[in-house]
Amino acid sequence: MSIPYDQLAAIRLGFGLSPRQPSPGDPAAVAASVARAAPDPDGITLDRMREWQRTGNRLARAARKGGAEAGRASREYRMRLGSRHRADILARFARAVDDPGGFGERLVWFWSDHFTVAGGTLYTNLMMAAFVQDAIRPHLAGRFADMMYAAETHPAMLRYLDQGRSVGPNSIVAQRNPKRAGGLNENLAREMIELHSLGVGAGYTQHDVEELAALLTGLTYHPKHPGVFQPKLAEPGPEEVLGQTYGSPQAVANFSDIRDVIDDLATHDATARHIARKMAVHFVADDPPQALVDRLAGVFTDAGGDLAAMNLALAEAPELESHFRQKLRQPFEFLVTSLRALGADGPQVSALKPGVLNQRLLRPMAVMGQPWGLPDGPDGWPEASEVWGAPQGIAMRINWALTHVAGLAGDLPDPRDFLAHALGGTASEAVAWAVPRAESRAEGIALVLASADFNRR
Amino acid sequence: MLSRRLFLKTSAVIGCSAAAHPLLSSAAFASAPGENRLVVIILRGAMDGIDALRSTLSLGPDHGATDLDGFFALHPGLSDLLPLWRAGQMTFAPAVSTPYRDKRSHFDGQNMLEAGTGTDLDLDAQQDGWLNRLLQVMPGQVSETAYSMGAEQMRILRGPAPAKSWSPDATLNLSPQAEMLLSRIYHNDPLFRDASAEALEIVAGLSPRQPDKKRQPEHLELARFAADRLNRETRIATFSLAGWDTHAGQAGTLTRALGRLSKTILTLQAGLGAHWDTTTVMAMTEFGRTARENGSAGTDHGTGGAMLVAGGAVRGGQVLGGWPGLAEGALYDGRDLMPVRDIRAYAAWAMHAKFGIAKDRLERAVFPGLDIGQDPGLLA
Repeated sequence: MSIPYDQLAAIRLGFGLSPRQPSPGDPAAVAASVARAAPDPDGITLDRMREWQRTGNRLARAARKGGAEAGRASREYRMRLGSRHRADILARFARAVDDPGGFGERLVWFWSDHFTVAGGTLYTNLMMAAFVQDAIRPHLAGRFADMMYAAETHPAMLRYLDQGRSVGPNSIVAQRNPKRAGGLNENLAREMIELHSLGVGAGYTQHDVEELAALLTGLTYHPKHPGVFQPKLAEPGPEEVLGQTYGSPQAVANFSDIRDVIDDLATHDATARHIARKMAVHFVADDPPQALVDRLAGVFTDAGGDLAAMNLALAEAPELESHFRQKLRQPFEFLVTSLRALGADGPQVSALKPGVLNQRLLRPMAVMGQPWGLPDGPDGWPEASEVWGAPQGIAMRINWALTHVAGLAGDLPDPRDFLAHALGGTASEAVAWAVPRAESRAEGIALVLASADFNRR
Repeated sequence: MLSRRLFLKTSAVIGCSAAAHPLLSSAAFASAPGENRLVVIILRGAMDGIDALRSTLSLGPDHGATDLDGFFALHPGLSDLLPLWRAGQMTFAPAVSTPYRDKRSHFDGQNMLEAGTGTDLDLDAQQDGWLNRLLQVMPGQVSETAYSMGAEQMRILRGPAPAKSWSPDATLNLSPQAEMLLSRIYHNDPLFRDASAEALEIVAGLSPRQPDKKRQPEHLELARFAADRLNRETRIATFSLAGWDTHAGQAGTLTRALGRLSKTILTLQAGLGAHWDTTTVMAMTEFGRTARENGSAGTDHGTGGAMLVAGGAVRGGQVLGGWPGLAEGALYDGRDLMPVRDIRAYAAWAMHAKFGIAKDRLERAVFPGLDIGQDPGLLA
């Protein structure tokens, strides 16, 4: 089967086909389409977060002092922020549904997962949204080092991996107040090497982790303080990470040392291999061909970690066709791809009521194995098809296709037309045979959505 | 603060139980799986066993923890389990680990715990889980024998032997025509074909949900579902609980996680009724945490950790294995609790006692290369 490039790219690198819009037709156009995933000017940012947290904290303090009025004001404020968070989730769905190429929004998901932060509470949920906006979207076609720097120093990451509570044992704060002196916290340092840059198989030691932890001291966040660095908390240098020395004994470590070490980690040879493999695993196959990994690693190294070059190399990869449908769509992708195939558009998705969002998208997504913003750990969502293809997950996909589609998409198309829209020329014989034999329109649509053809990419 | 635990007694060795264990012959299990039940709970994120058993970080040794044996004291987060301890239905191995060392990665640590292999295999090569290898040597097992519960299909059960995987939240209702058409559609895709067939089979055998039963938090739903399956044909159940990675504010986070674990075990006990008497629950974690407190009232990734074992089949009321102490020189790498025994040895002896798996099969097939050593006398 030879697949037209626009369909191939939309299915493999985007969120599938849409009856409303054509997909980009050549690799350069696919790579260029990433620009559409730029930050949203109305989106949640760190600057907005600071303001919201200051206001929210002030109202909460007033509420604790008592008075029904103050309590109500604080509750209402939290409810407003909660609806802001729901609007942000809907915007994630809507942008993905509306993006003709889809590659940019897929990259947003990929990189937000590479630099996993989790939510769970009102402010961590909002901060996670700010993280995607501030640290991920601006760098999708920029330097990996810039994205890594933005991600590692973002308050969402500092909180998630406990960096904000790491204090240099010889920092000014520790010396002034030895009684409540803290100490190092290694969490961010370890994951920065193990997950975000070199990868666990690379040659580093516990010593490197501890030295990096010392070097990262000073990174902290408080909504009232500007920036994310407090020199008073920082351990004086020097620190040696992977044989390189950062900082000096005279001076307290400063922000530029942290920038330097991230630059070095981000451009390390092991990082090139780790990122190349991770992209190949996510976009091409659970067990990708080594030739592709080597090629991507070469591009990463030659281009100095320029992600635009990586995006183009992926869009041009012949393995997109040779390894067609070797990946299983993750639940978020499955839902977006379904909405897109059903002809939904962004404004329609953005207008979904909170109850509909919960009942028809977020809860099913959780049963499929992907609760919004709550991966099990900092290694993010798994990639293996077997994980997403567990019986309970597949059952939920089938059940969703049968019971929730009409409530989301309104009037259902003719299943035979839908088959052509959703899968283009890529439908297998069995699907083309089965769909017209369904008992009802709804069942015919569900058969397409539940098919392996549709769930794979 | 920096040496939260080093003020403790330097060491107190608790010897292995020397009592001879009546070895059960495999023949007694010819019609296995029989009545014995094993539940393996993986605690993802690395539980701080030192705190769970010494309560040194959360409260200090003299504040609120319950003395168990004059040396170990139970963290208040586990206090709901005290009746089990007193009834002799709970025990701990306070200083155990897998063979995983030094890089202290959760993910590699969990892979090794679930794969049950040694360090001789590349981590990427560790695909199958040890509960699946148990199934491969178990006589008389059927596909219902082992169950992975929750949204995640547990790696510990992955492998060629058939096993079930289901989440109590999942549902599937198909018309006969849709079922027939789907089976045609999935015919050439083994993953979808097998998953959907299994889903249909599971759904057909589920008890309809009682409408008056309110949805419980996930860990209780899992325990309830596990008990329901174990009361039927299932004999091995596994699921995971997350939330143990207490890098900061451990006093609060660990108490909550231990509370969830306690309630999970008690829900299992209640749901199993009389079958509790033949049940062994093993709660295992990928590694322990640093002996010293870090700068954020938490602990970082360590090495030796604790395993909790509960159940009517357990010979409890005593702590298992040795205790290396927390003196500076006794720590692994100068920072972590020194493991004194391989956690797999306990699992192996449990499988020997309850499923009649011969020693050499445990050492060659289930945990290749492991020396399972002396019987710790874990089970009655």
